[in-house]
Amino acid sequence: MAQKTKLSKNLMRMKFMQRGLDSETKKQLEGEEKKIIGEEHWYLDLPALTKRQSFLLCEDLLYGRMSFRGFNPEVEKLMLQMNAKNKAEVFEDKTEEVDVSDEEMARRYETLVGTIGKKFAKKRDRVSYEEHENGDVKLPKEKEMFLKPRD
Amino acid sequence: MAEVVAVAAESLAGSRARAARTVLNQVVLPGEELLLPEQEDAEGPGGGGERPLRLNAGARSRVRVVCGPGLRRCGDRLLVTKCGRLRHKEPGSGSGGGVYWVDSQQKRYVPVKGDHVIGIVTAKSGDIFKVDVGGSEPASLSYLAFEGATKRNRPNVQVGDLIYGQFVVANKDMEPEMVCIDSCGRANGMGVIGHDGLLFKVTLGLIRKLLAPDCEIIQEVGKLYPLEIVFGMNGRIWVKAKTIQQTLILANILEACEHMTTDQRKQIFSRLAES
Repeated sequence: MAQKTKLSKNLMRMKFMQRGLDSETKKQLEGEEKKIIGEEHWYLDLPALTKRQSFLLCEDLLYGRMSFRGFNPEVEKLMLQMNAKNKAEVFEDKTEEVDVSDEEMARRYETLVGTIGKKFAKKRDRVSYEEHENGDVKLPKEKEMFLKPRD
Repeated sequence: MAEVVAVAAESLAGSRARAARTVLNQVVLPGEELLLPEQEDAEGPGGGGERPLRLNAGARSRVRVVCGPGLRRCGDRLLVTKCGRLRHKEPGSGSGGGVYWVDSQQKRYVPVKGDHVIGIVTAKSGDIFKVDVGGSEPASLSYLAFEGATKRNRPNVQVGDLIYGQFVVANKDMEPEMVCIDSCGRANGMGVIGHDGLLFKVTLGLIRKLLAPDCEIIQEVGKLYPLEIVFGMNGRIWVKAKTIQQTLILANILEACEHMTTDQRKQIFSRLAES
């Protein structure tokens, strides 16, 4: 028998036959299927015109509640908030005056690590903390574990 | 104004569609058809309505254009349904096409989804309030649609109260529904408007004019004396000031400023500032 029996297209599409294929042929088959399905879909060859009845997206309108000269402080706060949202200027003053400067924070944290560490250290490690107590806090030595003999 | 109308009538008689781009900020009349920019090239200078056959019809660039109030789609053109000036807004951040709309004037409000309006509570029935917003039907407002309202904790709303809320459902087939919270559940200034004050009605175009970002009238009014105003897109304005006289002055100014020129307005404000 010289000719090999040709398997049908539907048979080739079945899941157990697809396992053997490599990814490239799989992608190719998928692409062809999508093209066939896409061309079967009908579409209106018109420009995409969506209809919106609202004036809100036509014109940038301000927020509807307003208060002037402090008559209603909550509404004045709302005004700032809502109008800022519209104009996407939500970047408020994040660079406000901080109570504690960054440098001082860093200094405090340096010593903080030592103080908290001391709390959780065992009694024999606490000794090493106290030895270096002149502001320079060094961490205690690494715990000496049992070393297995080489051979 | 007469010449503009004459020109428009001429073009209607000629029954050739004009390009929307050439008609910006001019008066358009209902029944006119406008071409979108991408179709102008196809029509050509003496087109007469015949478009060349294309083999690659699917490859036409689709720019998404929004047709706003006063316009309707008619085939692949825009059909004008209200008389007024044609306006256009460029797309802000690349979501193609931009918006076309007709700037028209009317007094009767038609509920639109997303609009913030002032309503008057007319009835309380079961779980909902009936709110008159000036449309053809009273809108319904559920008592749970307030910030912090639960089944046990009902909002304190009586018949005759003023409500500032927005529509969530507003189409010609259903009764409009409004709520007093936004999508996150926060009030954002909506809800019952306080006691006292004065509610009056103006045209819809004036509200939009007053709410424009660069409105001088509001800036000048704000310098007079402490006051509070709430604008509803349904043509209703609520004002409140310290005394009744100030409130009435404010209401009169806002009603009259629609028909005043800039000079007249400045005169009135300077007179008020003196007294």
